Amino acid sequence: MTATEMVRAENVHKSFGHLEVLRGIDLAVATGQVCCVIGPSGSGKSTFLRCINHLEKVSAGRIWVDGELVGYRERAGKLHELREREVAEQRSRVGMVFQRFNLFPHKTAVENVAEAPVCVQHEPRSAARARAAELLDRVGLADKLSTYPGQLSGGQQQRVAIARALAMKPKVMLFDEPTSALDPELVGEVLDVMKDLARDGMTMIVVTHEIGFAREVGDLLVFMDEGVIVESGEPRDVIANPQHNRTKAFLAKVL
Amino acid sequence: MTAEKVAERVRPEPIRAVPVRHPGRWVAVAVLAVLVAMFAHLLATNDAFKWSFMVDNMFRPPVVEGVRGTLVMTVAAMIFGVVFGVVVAIMRLSTNPILKSIAWVYTWFFRAIPRLVLLAAFGNLGILWSRLELGVPFDTEIGKLFGIADVQLRFWGISTRDLLVGFVVGLLGLGLSEAAYMAEIVRAGIQSVDPGQAEASAALGMNRGQILRRIVLPQAMRVIIPPTGNETIAMLKDTSLLIYVPVTAELFFRLDGIGKRTFLPFPMYVAATLWYLFLTSILLVGQFYLERYFSRGYGQGQRATMRLRGLRAEQGGLRPDPGGAP
Repeated sequence: MTATEMVRAENVHKSFGHLEVLRGIDLAVATGQVCCVIGPSGSGKSTFLRCINHLEKVSAGRIWVDGELVGYRERAGKLHELREREVAEQRSRVGMVFQRFNLFPHKTAVENVAEAPVCVQHEPRSAARARAAELLDRVGLADKLSTYPGQLSGGQQQRVAIARALAMKPKVMLFDEPTSALDPELVGEVLDVMKDLARDGMTMIVVTHEIGFAREVGDLLVFMDEGVIVESGEPRDVIANPQHNRTKAFLAKVL
Repeated sequence: MTAEKVAERVRPEPIRAVPVRHPGRWVAVAVLAVLVAMFAHLLATNDAFKWSFMVDNMFRPPVVEGVRGTLVMTVAAMIFGVVFGVVVAIMRLSTNPILKSIAWVYTWFFRAIPRLVLLAAFGNLGILWSRLELGVPFDTEIGKLFGIADVQLRFWGISTRDLLVGFVVGLLGLGLSEAAYMAEIVRAGIQSVDPGQAEASAALGMNRGQILRRIVLPQAMRVIIPPTGNETIAMLKDTSLLIYVPVTAELFFRLDGIGKRTFLPFPMYVAATLWYLFLTSILLVGQFYLERYFSRGYGQGQRATMRLRGLRAEQGGLRPDPGGAP
């Protein structure tokens, strides 16, 4: 793989029991690129995203992040599972934002953001809090530092979640339908933060239903259905001129 | 516009309806009032209570020492039970089938045995061994295997008569039994935490120990604390069972002793009732504050609503209701 590739997936398969969710995914995302993944529910988009930081173990195939094989070490042609600590270290370099935010409800916004730097990277507490405050300022929540997640709106919670992921200085950010659980009028504020990130050159893989966002910000659009990538390419081309019937049918429904 | 229109309409006569009568309630109140009066009369007039004798005896130094013993045992047995219970709960939730089944057998065994029976049996534990020793397990058997008689690889030992004194046996019995119940409570608490929490923490690069300690357990506490408070109160009461071990530095043992010696057991049982009432009430207050601490970030619905109202007012939207109507 080339040096500018941040994420590379080769022939990734994943099954849960007899159910084959991913059936051979190949994908390469270059450093600084924004890759948007669309597709009907149950097409395996989220599962694929979760494979990238080893929240799910792939059944077959390989994934590399920044040139490093995810979850395994290849030695003398044999795969060895990584130890828990090594997996955790790999994950700390991949940020993830969830559909349901998953903020820590017993911690304030600034504690949510500072938690992992203190706990995982052993940053001094005061320094971590200062950096957390900066990050919250960056996502427009400078006045919500000591607010508990339960007192924040969905959009504010998701912005805290983004700041929390950024606090680990990840090389790539994964977004799993970040706006799907939000009230329509709150979607914009989260997308704005994501656009900002993309402008700053963050490598991003975004599973989304926001076709507008994909068209405006995406460098690469991937349409998935039934565990395979049906079509991919420049977002404008794919959206304006889909080649496959399944893509056409899906886009006709969501546009 | 519409608001003005509504204001223009004539307000109708307020409703003055005859409320529904509840004759049954009044009958129940009357019956209960008579019963309460009878009970008060009993307390005041029946000589068997021997109130002055009771008051004279319930604060004597041996009894107060017994109260201290009861509190120390309650705290010690609960600490033992909680710590060991957390370990058993984590074993129970492990993916390792052997750890899982051992934890299951443990909780099954200790939850199946009445504490009274357990404590009576533990009181006679000394019959199994005269000495307890640390060393290589099965040392004599291993020696026999190699044809050497009497191999002893032990470096420290203690006579069970010194070790298994009342307090230790009582603590062991109550603590082991409590751990089984606490394990179930902790397990329920851990399972009540949204799996997304552990997932988000894992995605941030935290390891399993960190996730459990810093994210999952603190949230599980909200579910764990109320039943643990109940367990503590139950434990305080169950220390009275220690009379079967026996443990002598304990409230009920002391009061029972005075009752038997003076041939006036009943007033002393009343004294025990009052003592346990008093001690339990103190624990209830403690439980209230603990629950409030561990529900931070949750029980703030009220405050959030108030903030929201303020916000709306700032934006010139809906006026906050000055009456604070629900």
